[in-house]
Amino acid sequence: MAERTVVEAVNDALTLEMARDDRVLVFGEDVGVTGGVFRATEGLFTKYGKERVIDTPLSEGVIAGAAIGLAIAGWVPVAEIQFLGFAHNGFNQFVDQLARVRYRSAGRFSAQVTVRAPYGGGVRAPELHSDGFEAHFAHAPGLKVVAPSTPHDAKGLLLASIRDPDPVLYLEPLRGYRQVKGDVPDGDYVVELGKARIAREGTDVTLVAWSAAVQVALQAADDAQAQGISVEVIDLRTLVPLDVGTLTSSVTKTGRAVVVHEAPLTAGFGAEVVATIQEEAFFSLQAPVRRVASPDVPYPVQMLEEQYLPNAERVLQAIIATTRD
Amino acid sequence: MKEAARAAPANLDGVSSASMPPLVRYLDQDGELLEDQPMSDEMALEGYRVMLRGRRFDERCVSLQRQGRMVTLAPGIGQEAATVGAAMALDSDTDWFVPQYRELAGQLWHGYPLKLAFLWHVGHPIAFQVPGDLKMLPFQAAIAGQLPQAVGLAWGLRLKRDSGVVLAVFGDGGTSQGDFHEAANLAGVMKAPVIFLCQNNGWAISTTIEQQTASETLAQKAIAYGFPGIQCDGNDLFAVYATVREAVARARDGKGPTLVEAVTYRLGLHTTADDPSRYEPREMHELWVDRDPLRRMQRHLISREIVDRAALDRIEDEVKEELRVAWDEAQKEPAPDPSFYFAQVHRDTSPRLRRDLERFDRNRRG
Repeated sequence: MAERTVVEAVNDALTLEMARDDRVLVFGEDVGVTGGVFRATEGLFTKYGKERVIDTPLSEGVIAGAAIGLAIAGWVPVAEIQFLGFAHNGFNQFVDQLARVRYRSAGRFSAQVTVRAPYGGGVRAPELHSDGFEAHFAHAPGLKVVAPSTPHDAKGLLLASIRDPDPVLYLEPLRGYRQVKGDVPDGDYVVELGKARIAREGTDVTLVAWSAAVQVALQAADDAQAQGISVEVIDLRTLVPLDVGTLTSSVTKTGRAVVVHEAPLTAGFGAEVVATIQEEAFFSLQAPVRRVASPDVPYPVQMLEEQYLPNAERVLQAIIATTRD
Repeated sequence: MKEAARAAPANLDGVSSASMPPLVRYLDQDGELLEDQPMSDEMALEGYRVMLRGRRFDERCVSLQRQGRMVTLAPGIGQEAATVGAAMALDSDTDWFVPQYRELAGQLWHGYPLKLAFLWHVGHPIAFQVPGDLKMLPFQAAIAGQLPQAVGLAWGLRLKRDSGVVLAVFGDGGTSQGDFHEAANLAGVMKAPVIFLCQNNGWAISTTIEQQTASETLAQKAIAYGFPGIQCDGNDLFAVYATVREAVARARDGKGPTLVEAVTYRLGLHTTADDPSRYEPREMHELWVDRDPLRRMQRHLISREIVDRAALDRIEDEVKEELRVAWDEAQKEPAPDPSFYFAQVHRDTSPRLRRDLERFDRNRRG
């Protein structure tokens, strides 16, 4: 057990899995000698060599597409997309092709492929490097979407993703990459896909978040506690498959819910969470379910980021409002 | 359309500038050999038989579609030499065939069953379940979408020290897609054992080759990616076979990819939803009817006395009978149950999807 950041936990998982399974290939832009722009793949090139840790051309479509072919050839590809928004350059290969390998071939082929991508904002990255596009991918049947918030989960969920027989988009929280530290077991363990985590127990309001927004939610829950409101925070960990059971039982208990995400409001994944809550726990609800999201405005450049992203104060206001509804 | 030059020996390693080698050709329009026949007489006859099977299959399917018994389909009429010739250069035990959707004749050579081909055109999902250990990816309707996958597959084979190579087929329209350029670029960098077979049939629906690209040839696009590109007469079974055979040898030898542009012509429709009379000049069509690859092979087989006219008629009857049997079998295939698609999303169906299926079943029972 050691204290690690999220990016170190990712590196831990990759190092461990490449040693355990010699079919695992790591490739993407700058993942080799440099160890990735965020150093997530640091040390892998030296340990596992140029045939297993491969710098590719700057070409997201063929990174995803080649991963399909490599998987069919018997490899276990773990590709890195440098920033999630760049995946849109090859969107067809992600959502029409990678997501559907098993389906299109009626089970003849499958794609045990993991695509890692940092996403979300708050680190003063250049324009077009910070978007919260998880909903674009959650809407593609066949693709699993994983979004850890802690170092412990980052390692366990990445190991589970790489071993999953189907394609997984594994989203890494840009804002949580180095800011969030936590204990990470040294050895091998998995965190099962499709299981949410109760990040904090509470009785009055359920707060639902994933990825970097979990830290915002926890801060808001602390602030609410100071005002006498007991908030339960659910870290979804996996968007697809969604842990409907954990959501339902929490909201059944509290009767109130707020969903927080970094992505813009309209058609964000929060809408899916809210719809699920009303389908499953409508008669337990004491108040409308609220959403705290970024506005329906394209992601701004650096000087406006902090005002754009949901913060603890906005979440707290939503929590207070839902208890008054 | 450029008039084809006389055949020159293919020297695939010689391409280093924009000056392209001449188009490879073995058989002239009348079926006369310009070079030594690059395969045995038996193999030539077998190639002809599969070309014919592809042609008659397409004709039968267009007719069934007109009767409302098939879905929209894209016949490969006129392009049989290009796809069968290329497939003949592969070893089906080790090599992969990665199709777009207009190369069924070549797929039949590689081992794809006729019955499944019929099921493809009635919209049965089982047609996409490439059978057994046949080394073939499913049909691909996204233009050039298969190319990145073919390169990954080839790269993966090379990393495994597997001797297999990959034939990836696409069309002239595909060369305008980013997927083509990204795939070709990566293939060059990785020295992936892949043969890009571009069937230049002159049309992408109604878009002409001049509207598609200002490049003089499609083959020359390979130069930018650091590997050879070569044009061959795509209506000449021997030219395609010999060109692809050399590309296969290069790939197997670790020398990387080759782009082969097979110059051919779409004698049929883009799909059964298309009406070429709106855009295709009549004289252009007639010019290419004269260059029909099947007729060219028939003339060759007879003039070389590999077969006589009666034997060709017998083959025609045999193919007709094969198609009848396969279509009968296809019609006996049970319709797919909707639960089929729920089962193919992931290996382990998620609880949410399982519940969806249960609801779906309840609704169905009423």
